[in-house]
Formats: sequence, C-alpha cells, structure tokens
Amino acid sequence: MMNIVVAMKQIPDLRQIRIRNGQPVLEDVPLTFGNIDKNALEAGVQLKEALGGKVMVVAVGSEALEDTVKEALAAGADEAYLVLDGKLENSDSARSAELIARIIKGIENVDLILFGEGSGDNYSGQVGSRVAGMLELPQASYVRSIEVNGNKATVVRSLEDCEEVLEMEMPLVLSVLADINEPRIPSVSQILKAGKKPREILDIEVPEGVQVKTISNLAPQMQRKQTSVESAQELIQVLAAEGYKGVK
Amino acid sequence: MAGILVYSNKGTLALELLNAAAALARVNSQGIKAVSINNSGMAADLAARGAEVYALDNEALLPADTAAIAESLRQLAEQLDVSIVLLSSDRRGKELAGRLAQIWRAGCLTDVKGLQSENGALLCIRNVLGGATVATQQIVNDRQVIALSPGAFAPAGELDGGIINPAVVEIKPSALKLLEVREKAGDSVDIEAADILVVVGQGVENQQDLSLIQQIAKALGAEVACSKPVASDKKWLGEERIVGLSGKICKPQLALILGVSGQVQFTVGIREAGTIVSINSDEKAFMNSMADYVLVADLKDVIPELAKQLA
Repeated sequence: MMNIVVAMKQIPDLRQIRIRNGQPVLEDVPLTFGNIDKNALEAGVQLKEALGGKVMVVAVGSEALEDTVKEALAAGADEAYLVLDGKLENSDSARSAELIARIIKGIENVDLILFGEGSGDNYSGQVGSRVAGMLELPQASYVRSIEVNGNKATVVRSLEDCEEVLEMEMPLVLSVLADINEPRIPSVSQILKAGKKPREILDIEVPEGVQVKTISNLAPQMQRKQTSVESAQELIQVLAAEGYKGVK
Repeated sequence: MAGILVYSNKGTLALELLNAAAALARVNSQGIKAVSINNSGMAADLAARGAEVYALDNEALLPADTAAIAESLRQLAEQLDVSIVLLSSDRRGKELAGRLAQIWRAGCLTDVKGLQSENGALLCIRNVLGGATVATQQIVNDRQVIALSPGAFAPAGELDGGIINPAVVEIKPSALKLLEVREKAGDSVDIEAADILVVVGQGVENQQDLSLIQQIAKALGAEVACSKPVASDKKWLGEERIVGLSGKICKPQLALILGVSGQVQFTVGIREAGTIVSINSDEKAFMNSMADYVLVADLKDVIPELAKQLA
C-alpha cells in the first residue's frame, strides 16, 4: 500500500495564448495542468494500481484550481489538497514550494512525492527540488522509470549523456520525464465521478511577496525574410547563393 | 558586488560559468571562486583560467546524490561568504539549483540565457510561457542561485593567477545507492552542435522518406532532428533529436524544416537559427511566418526532388 502525492501546477493552456503588440494575452485562456504534470499523475496512478494505496493531488493556485483539479481526479487521483488564493496566479517557485511542502507535512505516511520535470509555463524545474530540500528527503529528477520493492524504489534518472540506475529509500521526491508514460484520457463516467471525489481546501496563509520579480515579458522580435520559393530547385539556388556547404 | 561561486560537474560548462561570472564582476576571471568535486583535472582547468578553485576531494560525495552536492555547495557558499552561485542549467545543474536555493535560503532562476547588470540589479533573461515570450527577471533576494543555459556564454580563456585550495565540507552518509551508470539507448548525436539541421515534422507522412531525408542531410553536412511527436509518438527518431522546449534549444546556421506546424514549444528550440527554411503543404502553418524561405508544396514530392538535386 502506497501513499503517493502528486504535485501539479495549474497553467494557462499554452496552445491558446496569443500575442498582441508583443505582449502575451492571457485573458480568457482556459486553465489546465501542465503536460508533464499529467505524466507524474499517471506514474502515481500506475504505481497505485500495481501496489494498492492512494494518490493525492496537491496543488496551489488561483480559485479556478478548484475546478481545474477535476481533470486530475478524473484521470485517477483519489483526493485533492488545495490552497487557493488569487495571489497565486502570479507566484514564484519558492512560494509555491513552501505551500506545497506545508500541505505535504500535514499528510500522514507519505511514501512518494511526484512532480513533472518542469511546469508547462515556466519550466524552471525548481519546485520539486525545493520541496525535497524543505522536507529533507532524498530526490531524483529526470526520472524515466520507477520500480517499487518494499520500502525501496529503483529509479532510472536520464541525463543528457547517460542514465543512472539508483536505489533509494522511501519516502522520496521524484520528478519525472514526459517519456515515462502516456497519460490516460479519462472516460465520461470517470469525469462525472471526479466531481464527487474529496477535495480539501486548506486554510494556509499565503505569504506576501515573491523572490523573483518580472521586469518585462515580451514575445521575441522575429525578423525573417519570409521569401516564397516555388520549387526545390529554386530553394537550392537561394541557399547556394547564401553560400551553404553542400548546396551547389 | 559580493563574491560569486561557480560550479558545474561538466568541465566545459564550468568554464562558461567562469566567463559569465567574470563578466558580472566586471573583472577577468582572476579570483572568481570555483568548486571542483572529486575532479583534479577540472580543478587544474579552472585554475589555468585564473580561477580561485576550491577542490573538494571526498569519495563519499556522489554527483548522483543531489541532496549531498547541494549541502556541500551551501557550506562552501557560507564559508566563502559569496552571494551568488552560478550553476549550469543542464539536467544535473537544474536539479541541483532548486535544492541549493532552498537550503541556502536563496532566490533562484534556471534556464537563464543572458545576464545584464543595470543600476546594481542583476537581470536574468529567460524563456517563459513555454517559450512564447522572453522575460527579463530579477531575483530580489540577497542570495541568488542562477543556472545558465549551456552555450549561453563562451568558455573562459587561459589566464595566469589561478590557485587551487583544498576544501572541506561535512556531509551525512548518502541515502541513495548508485547501482549502475549506462549509456543511453540510441545514438549519441549532438544536434545542438550541428551547423545545419534538417528537421522532420509530422507533415512528413511516410516513414520511408526518412532515408531520403538522411541523404539530404548528408549532402548538406547536416544532422537530422525532429519535432517532439516524431520521436515521442511515432518513434521514428530518438528522443535526443527533439528540437524544442522539452528537447534541445539549437542555434544552427541553417535549419531546413520539413512539415512542422510551428507551435511555440517547438519554435523556441529553433528560432535563433541563422537561416530558417520552412517546407510545408499548409500555406498557413505558423512555421512559415518564422522562416526566411518558405516553400509551400507537398512533402511527398519535395523530399525526393531535394534528395535528387543535392545528390
């Protein structure tokens, strides 16, 4: 029996962000969970299905999270623990990590805490490591497989040039890669049942202030020629004119 | 500016950090503090660039044990009274950054591709919103952990005046066991290093066309890369060839992009290429608006034609 926490972040649906006058337009963009967070959830649900236990989603964010979390409950999580506050719409990794660690401290006998390797929007990959540091737990990121045997887990961490096979004692914190699995698509009946699963809104005060200030956030200026060519032959001619090797 | 400490477990990345630190401190790399862990070769390399190297030699200290490496760096940052730690934003460095920031009570940014100093404030440039935008951000804490993207800075050059000091930290016995280090399955191509990339997208419908695409790449002296679905879903190519936010951020001189629609998660990995060519059957593909040369055509016809013309 395992108690598995999956920490997830509510983000704007990146496919629906438009740029206007160089600025990202976030109004009316639907909120969802980051893609890799969904892999983390799937990894937790698969372990639970194999070994028994419970998957708890932990998330902090704006009030809309109470609705967004149904996605995770439909995709196999059993219950959710949330901190909701408008201030969290624009938070930073340090504050999110602090709140997530405080929620986890309140949950008994946690064996495994799962994160995605990076959030879909900011992708800084800090929160998992910060939570592990705060809870003083061993950790591994960029994990592409997890096997549990008793109170030990064997995990494969995938680095740029090699893979490490690690044996770690639980409880521990793991951040998973997108390649670890293919997240399931919930059925209609699972979506309907999700609304009835327990969601606990915790009364944890959100600290004021963040450690990272954003001075500007603009779409990169792209100045490309956008010249149309009509054929493969013409393309080769223009590239040859620019002097590319191998292009005659 | 108070002291800066640099650390990466990869030699070339450590030299890039040294150069970035020197630029920040508005000095040369002489006297910049650098850490090496169980690596006398790297200690010597850093010292040959003028750095004040602190060499940790402790066999109990495993690079795989992020908790122990973070704790070691925290102790060194305090012993040496620095306010900024620069790490490499490769996977190892990113994992380390958050943990070090937490236990050292520092603010932190990762994937930083540029640094600017303005009125005493240190500004970090990085992609956000999945690469849709580029943000300028400032850590407002006195203590800062900043992880710099590989290749964002040139490596430091040789310089006199370097020195190697032994360093000592106290760490607990490791909570993890490293059972095996193995090579990754697949090939060891480095698409970030390629001058020319031929990028395969989902618009390439026939897997047989891959061999023609490889011929095109060979003729151009290029590597073959791809968008994420081509590797992750179709499994036509290895994960190490993925361009984009969840793959590699590449800056080739020329990118020949075949059938990629151009979502930001992809384009963030190629938009700094010198010349971009987009070949797509969809005239309205977003990728075309980011290209220098656009060929709207059926890839089934263009791929063999290109292979023939370049042969």
